[in-house]
Amino acid sequence: MGNGTGISNGLTLKMSEDASEKLRETIDEIYRLESRRVLATLIRLLGDFDLAEEALHEAFTTALEQWGREGLPKNPRTWLVSVGRFKAIDNIRRRARFDSSLAQIANELGPNTENPFETEDEDIEDERLRLIFTCCHPALSPDAQIALTLRTVCGFTTEEIAHAFLTPPPTIAQRIVRAKAKIRDARIPYEVPSHADLPDRLDSVLHVIYLVFNEGYSASFGASLTRHDLSSEAIRLGKLLVELLAEPEAIGLLALMLLQESRRAARVSPTGELILLNEQDRSLWDRAQITEGLRLIQQALASRRFGPYTIQAAIAAVHARAATADGTDWNQIVALYDILIQADPSPIIELNRAVAVAMRDGPEAGLVIIEAILARGDLNDYHFIHSAHADLCRRLGKTAEARASYERALLLTQQKSEREFLERRLRELYNNAS
Amino acid sequence: MKFLCVVYEEPNNGLGPQTEKEADDLVNEHLDYDETLRQSGHWLIAQALQPVETATTVRMRNGKISITDGPFAETKEVLGGFVLIEAKDMEEAVQVAAGIPSARMGFIHVRRVYEFEKK
Repeated sequence: MGNGTGISNGLTLKMSEDASEKLRETIDEIYRLESRRVLATLIRLLGDFDLAEEALHEAFTTALEQWGREGLPKNPRTWLVSVGRFKAIDNIRRRARFDSSLAQIANELGPNTENPFETEDEDIEDERLRLIFTCCHPALSPDAQIALTLRTVCGFTTEEIAHAFLTPPPTIAQRIVRAKAKIRDARIPYEVPSHADLPDRLDSVLHVIYLVFNEGYSASFGASLTRHDLSSEAIRLGKLLVELLAEPEAIGLLALMLLQESRRAARVSPTGELILLNEQDRSLWDRAQITEGLRLIQQALASRRFGPYTIQAAIAAVHARAATADGTDWNQIVALYDILIQADPSPIIELNRAVAVAMRDGPEAGLVIIEAILARGDLNDYHFIHSAHADLCRRLGKTAEARASYERALLLTQQKSEREFLERRLRELYNNAS
Repeated sequence: MKFLCVVYEEPNNGLGPQTEKEADDLVNEHLDYDETLRQSGHWLIAQALQPVETATTVRMRNGKISITDGPFAETKEVLGGFVLIEAKDMEEAVQVAAGIPSARMGFIHVRRVYEFEKK
């Protein structure tokens, strides 16, 4: 490159185009790998999300100009942090001509703050953790936590988030603006919570990651059952979290997501219909994800400090280990649900346990439990309980009751593949009856 | 005796400041009124609050802290601040409250403060 023989102007031009193309690719790659870590550090140094985003953008713009002339710096990440910070201070100073309070901020950020070149790598790892905990702070609404996490930790654009959640972009943009304003104005600290607060605050982070995963895994509304991007992003986020903070429940959640994700290819028929676990072609399950999931569960269980996510992962693992649906160890699954109900009592878990009991002891036993839950009125608007009820009635030959419950379920879901599945069951019932 | 003047804003009633200049003027007016109350001997403490969007709700239940976002600005009336005053009776407290600039845009609740003694 750049050997300067200058055979012809055309060639020289061609070579420099290649070089700049190559540089652009390198910078794109660095952006992909490092931009979130640079952003996390800039947020800490500048104390403001918007300033940091602006600084990040300017640092990369400068890199594009300067690295072409001077070559790549030895450590691009620290270079970007440093340039971003100086650009931000510069910007504040320029604006400070119109606002004297900004001048003070610029001075505080100026020469006396620590030199990012001296920052150790481990500290920078910590900063992404700081960013995750701040974006998932419980003082922000869950919607805002999700949007802000995807925007700043994952680097999604506002349009991408809007598209993934089938929400108009201005709504997402407003959520993000408000969340940033609240972090700034209510002084939500930019830090990893103290040891005492960690379990509760970690719950909030895991909840956000699992919501993102579920949104991708089973889109609650609309045509596509699996919006793969969100699920794989949630898994990526789960891996990052485990890398930064190897808490058992973080490991358990990652295992749970991997084991659920392993069934993706088997979950929907080529014509887009939902296929239930017991009817799935298990040769389509992703073995690599299962292996990784099983290994992580062992790790989480060994800690003896595991919780609901790990137990749910252990249940998924029993399915993953069974070569056929008939070979499933329902005894173990019911036992795990018993533990899960202790750890995290909820009617939805009772419902899942009822389905497992039906598999172990027959439909009648499951039906008794489901009807008890319905009688309490806890899940009357939840479509799964009605379709589970319908399924057990169907298997017991209670056709009229099965039909009524499938119809009830159909009223309660907008998800296209779910609806098609329920409609198919209903058709089958009518055909068998006639 | 002490009275608390609780200041409520009604952000959507169109009576609030419309321009940055009007907002600045309002802040100055508030600070001037604080000074007036200091000189008349009514003033104990007064604080204005950051917008309700910055609020966080905290509960302790079964020894566990629960933190949530909100309350939200969707409610018609939002708490904007308070002035704690010394006044001889409710009549005088109401006169003081009426002079708080926010009374023209929102409204003020005047509440007498309990003065407990340990029994």
